[in-house]
Amino acid sequence: MAEREVVPIVAEADVVHVRQRVRARATELRFSLVDQTKMVTAASELARNALTYGGGGSAEIEVLGDGKRRGLRVIFTDRGPGIANIDEAMRDGFTTGNGLGLGLGGAKRLVNEFEIESTVGKGTRIAITRWT
Amino acid sequence: MDRIPILKMGRFLLVTIQVDMDDRLADTLQNDLTSRISQTGARGVLIDISSVDLVDSFIGRMLANVAAMARVLDAETVVVGMRPAVAITLVELGLSLPGIRTALNVDRGMRLLREALGDATGADG
Repeated sequence: MAEREVVPIVAEADVVHVRQRVRARATELRFSLVDQTKMVTAASELARNALTYGGGGSAEIEVLGDGKRRGLRVIFTDRGPGIANIDEAMRDGFTTGNGLGLGLGGAKRLVNEFEIESTVGKGTRIAITRWT
Repeated sequence: MDRIPILKMGRFLLVTIQVDMDDRLADTLQNDLTSRISQTGARGVLIDISSVDLVDSFIGRMLANVAAMARVLDAETVVVGMRPAVAITLVELGLSLPGIRTALNVDRGMRLLREALGDATGADG
């Protein structure tokens, strides 16, 4: 099994594909059902964001291990307009589209680690990690 | 184009979601359900999500929209069979689905719909 794979996000079906690949990896890592569901749901929110707001991008799925524990990291990258005010974008209810505005803040609550970097005019990179 | 089948059972519509829905399929289901309520004059909608292993904000919004549109069309909506892991995740995501009635399984959902319509007891089929 490859420890790292990249899933392109260019169409709506790719959001489902990202979910399925993250689910497969989380199952291999023996995540509990609740942990699997949280990680897959966070990935679904961020994959949709990359498609809707970022104009597409990719999800890089990586299995991590530091000797004591194992984890799953997914890095979403898009070349969209970027986010001018990250604090504002993380707030529940914030949306520039027609969603519920739960995407970023909600996804953060579902994982153990959440890193976001964004440059206006260049794009956004978000890494989420959950440990077993 | 893919569609999720909608069954008519008496005055109710029954939908069982058994696939991993992309956003387009969820939108299609929302539109199909709204049209069917209007065409059939159904008084209740039962959505069985016991096979669904993920409800993210998009799918959650679709369920809330169906319930709201059904209400406007004089029909009640009950979502049945939500898995515990899905429920825990939904709440943590920040989605508590206000305005949506839920039941543990299809039987209880049917009973809830009948009660909501003021049916006499003993009408369980």
